[in-house]
Amino acid sequence: MAITLSGDQALPGPPLSSRLTPAQVWGIILLAPYLLVFLAFVVYPVCYGLWLARAPANYVALYNDPIFARAAVNTLIFLVIGINIKMLIALLLSGFFAQQRTWIKWLSVIFILPWAVPSIPTILSVRFMLNPEWGVINHLIFSFTGDDGPNWLNDPTVALSMAIGVHIWKSLPFWTLILITGRLAISHDLFEAAEVDGASWWQKFRYITWPSMQTLYVTCTLLSMIWTLGDFNSVYLLTGGGPADLTHVLSTLGIRYLRLDQLSLAMASIVCAMPFVLPLVYFMMKRLSR
Amino acid sequence: MKLPSLRDVATEARLLLIGIPVFLWTMIPIYHMFLFAISPKEDAFSGKLWPDHPTLHNFEIVFKQQHYFLRDFYVQFWNSTLIAAAVGVLTLFIATAAAFSISRLKVPGGRIVLNLALFTYFIPAAFLAVPMYRTMGNYGLLNNHWSLILAMVTIASPYAIWVLKQASDKLPVELDEAAVMDGATTLQIFRLVYLPLMMPSLVAIGTYAVLLAWNEYLYAFLLLSNDREITLPVALGNFLAADDSPWELLMTTGFIYALPPAAVYYAFRRYMVGGLTAGAVKS
Repeated sequence: MAITLSGDQALPGPPLSSRLTPAQVWGIILLAPYLLVFLAFVVYPVCYGLWLARAPANYVALYNDPIFARAAVNTLIFLVIGINIKMLIALLLSGFFAQQRTWIKWLSVIFILPWAVPSIPTILSVRFMLNPEWGVINHLIFSFTGDDGPNWLNDPTVALSMAIGVHIWKSLPFWTLILITGRLAISHDLFEAAEVDGASWWQKFRYITWPSMQTLYVTCTLLSMIWTLGDFNSVYLLTGGGPADLTHVLSTLGIRYLRLDQLSLAMASIVCAMPFVLPLVYFMMKRLSR
Repeated sequence: MKLPSLRDVATEARLLLIGIPVFLWTMIPIYHMFLFAISPKEDAFSGKLWPDHPTLHNFEIVFKQQHYFLRDFYVQFWNSTLIAAAVGVLTLFIATAAAFSISRLKVPGGRIVLNLALFTYFIPAAFLAVPMYRTMGNYGLLNNHWSLILAMVTIASPYAIWVLKQASDKLPVELDEAAVMDGATTLQIFRLVYLPLMMPSLVAIGTYAVLLAWNEYLYAFLLLSNDREITLPVALGNFLAADDSPWELLMTTGFIYALPPAAVYYAFRRYMVGGLTAGAVKS
């Protein structure tokens, strides 16, 4: 073994610093802040959380907790039904907003508002609209029919549908915007040629628009599903998980356990979602890092 | 002037048939909030579509902090501003440095770090909230603004790095080579060549991080609890604790809280749409 202390660069095994170019040293220095954040606030919490959720007893307790089963079903409904409805509407609206009209340009500026404003005040605004005694909706129902309106948020099915509605209200503009970009990327010549051939509205969509947009559409749907798993606000601020803890989704359930000081259950409920989340994440990463 | 044909009128009518419901759907919750803000309590609770006596009295109460729920309004507004600004600056610093390192300096292992960041981006933030809460407790940062700032930087930087990396890959490599030929050091390239060229993306990412932090509710309410430490959204959530919540004041405060991000969004829309949608989903 050569004595590297002598500083002789010709000998094998030079010190690390001389094997790196100055640019690479700077590269490491500039990457360091993110690595530190990542280690301290992602790696450590995740490992610590997994360690907390290690006892099998947690999973038995979750299995026996009817609220957990209900939350899992609610989450599935939210993702499978809610997101697909949202993306379908976004696809339709992207066609609407791609029309060249001045008033549609202005409408698209207004349409983005739900995305641009914070969700807390708007969700609370919807919550009060649905208030059975003082809300504007039941006031209108009363003035038109003379009957009292339903107690909207007191029925778990209606309450969950409303939470999905609030979620759609909030994130529809974003996905519509993405799909509009996809639509505008399609060559206009194709549509003109189809027009000449006398293609119907449906044929144009079926044979031109859809084939060029389907990859984008599927990517958006999957991405939206992953993110919606973390949508805490729509459920928590509208229904608070009620009535009787029947409208929880996984993200609000974790916080519920945390509030009840059952941290290991909170972590275990998140671990249970991982077999569904990780394949989706893997798939998305494959797609995006091509 | 040429009269529009029947077919044009029919197309226009069909477009309006979509446009009007879209407009109503978008505006109703926001209009409802605005309605409450300008209504005295009696009008707000009577389900009117326009108050009999519109007033700015609610704003006066908020700005003079004349209610139990509003006694720390200015402090909380300041907390929100400070935290959003800190998250914006820190995210920009961390993400720009990382993107420059990965994309321009081709640091060994850069690809792995990028993939790890991307992975973090896809994990729902609400899932990370539970372990993050305990971690901040272990670090002794609970009820300290730094806990929320660091948590939001953690959440904002993966996407920031990814978008900035995509943008810097598009810069021609000849620029760096030319600068090296002229004897520029790495830091000079970063400062004098890289940063100016990246400005549009940096504006977009800075805006993204600031808005993310300003709008955040879940982390803010988990990590901060003291009335003088919390941010505005947590204060809004706390209104619900009372049975007889002053909803007209809640909506007024919410309206004031919603204005800055909306203004920022519209001011930087040009950058946001280009910078973010290009990176958000690559088909």
